Amino acid sequence: MIRVLSATGMLGSGFREETLKRAMALRPDFIGADSGSTDPGPYYLGSGDAQFSDSTYKRDLRLMLRAARAAKIPVLVGSACTAGIDAQLARLVGIARDIAREDKLQFKLATIASEQDKGYLKRKLKEGRITPLANAPRFDEDVIERSAHIVGLCGIEPYIEALEHGAEVIIAGRSSDTSIFAALPVMRGCNPATAWHMAKIMECGAACVVQRKYPDCMVATLADDHFVVEPPNPEYRCDPVSVASHNLYENSTPYELIEPSGVLSTVDARYEALSDRAVRVSGSSFRKSERYTIKLEGAELAGYQSIIVGSVRDPVILRQFDSWLAGLETAVKDRIRAVFGDVEYKFHTRVFGKNAAMGPLEPETAIGHELGLLFQVTAQTQELATALMKSVGHMAVHYPVPEWSGLITSIAYPYSPAEIARGASYRFNMNHVVEPASPLEMFRIDYESVR
Amino acid sequence: MKLWQVAKLIRSKNAGPFELTFDVILKDRATYEKMRDAKVINAEWFARTYRLKPEVVAIINYDAANAIKVTIPRPTISGDIDDNDVFGGQQYGPLVDLEVP
Repeated sequence: MIRVLSATGMLGSGFREETLKRAMALRPDFIGADSGSTDPGPYYLGSGDAQFSDSTYKRDLRLMLRAARAAKIPVLVGSACTAGIDAQLARLVGIARDIAREDKLQFKLATIASEQDKGYLKRKLKEGRITPLANAPRFDEDVIERSAHIVGLCGIEPYIEALEHGAEVIIAGRSSDTSIFAALPVMRGCNPATAWHMAKIMECGAACVVQRKYPDCMVATLADDHFVVEPPNPEYRCDPVSVASHNLYENSTPYELIEPSGVLSTVDARYEALSDRAVRVSGSSFRKSERYTIKLEGAELAGYQSIIVGSVRDPVILRQFDSWLAGLETAVKDRIRAVFGDVEYKFHTRVFGKNAAMGPLEPETAIGHELGLLFQVTAQTQELATALMKSVGHMAVHYPVPEWSGLITSIAYPYSPAEIARGASYRFNMNHVVEPASPLEMFRIDYESVR
Repeated sequence: MKLWQVAKLIRSKNAGPFELTFDVILKDRATYEKMRDAKVINAEWFARTYRLKPEVVAIINYDAANAIKVTIPRPTISGDIDDNDVFGGQQYGPLVDLEVP
């Protein structure tokens, strides 16, 4: 029997200290937490910044490390600081060292680096060992070269390697979310189907409960042919539908989970209530793949942006809004050409109250008594983006309608200056997998004694 | 009757930066079977609404959760300069008021 404790769905998003205490009383075999995602967009992979602040990572990691060291069980954290590039791994490791020093904790730390060498990827591309996944953009040497950072999502093997070398705390760069939780059970000989299905349910912490009001811990108990999930928080409960539903979450199909070493199929999975809050899951299968593949994530600079937020309230303008905006956009482009010549830039308007969420796909045409505007300029430098936006701002705020004679001020700007420098904007530029020569080839494991 | 009146959850979300996925979890098994069998959520409606070819729309019936899942190519890459919804979380709006039997 193996008991797994997932501290939270995302390191830094929090969990209740009291729940962790209750979960630790169940004597788990390890504590795991995912720290990354592509959900918040390409900025974190491109820039190396993290989705949360150091203080939130520190709070969560401190409670996990204290509990785990007291119980002498390993802690596994994957996808350090959102995108899991080397700098983000170093940042989370730095936080772990600070905690150890402050709380007088000692442990053998393993780090798993996931950032990829461009030369290595170019060789793999030449060998035909990089292949596209669904809806992938075009991929070639230039894409590799243009990327700010490229990471590979590690499987369970680097975690197992580190555990077998006696690691007590493992912090990994980018990792498959599920590998964090499947590694130790598979290492101990657990049926991989049970381990991977459990891992999929556990990687989001308390997300599989009936009504998740706040992020929290989750516990699963594995036997060889089934596992049981039961929330350690007494306010939460799971039922068969809530657990089964979690397979739907941010996954293109609930029936398949593609991992580096194989594919989990949940087609024949059974979800049974053991009580009004515990669910027994069994029946999944795991098919080993012929090729071992590592998924890549890359981001490249799309440009620097400057934006302006404003709103329009005049019913006369709103009644002819589309033609007014089209005229304004033409005037803006003419003005930019007159001042800056044939400079390269992109100008884009988002209209809140009309189609800001869905853009051109919005089927609804009705608008209300005011509209929000967001002007966006993207250019190759921040100086240029800001310079262009200053011209846009002035041109737009006085853009006329035929009904009013004399100078009008047609947009309400809430800020002075109106323009806001947004900094670098990035673009995800690959959705591909690599075939490494071995599961460890793309990931460097380092050990250190932290005290 | 509208879809929101028979569903306990309608949502959209990225399935990675290059795909968008919709989940409709129906209130109970009977409602689920009725919606599933009536094919109210179908590739043609999605193709029309999200301006796609019907063959790229994947409709997946998921009995274990009384859910119908739909996955489509993302209209823009998540977070790209012309994207409106980085998490893909507000793309289900038109589904909410879909007329159902």
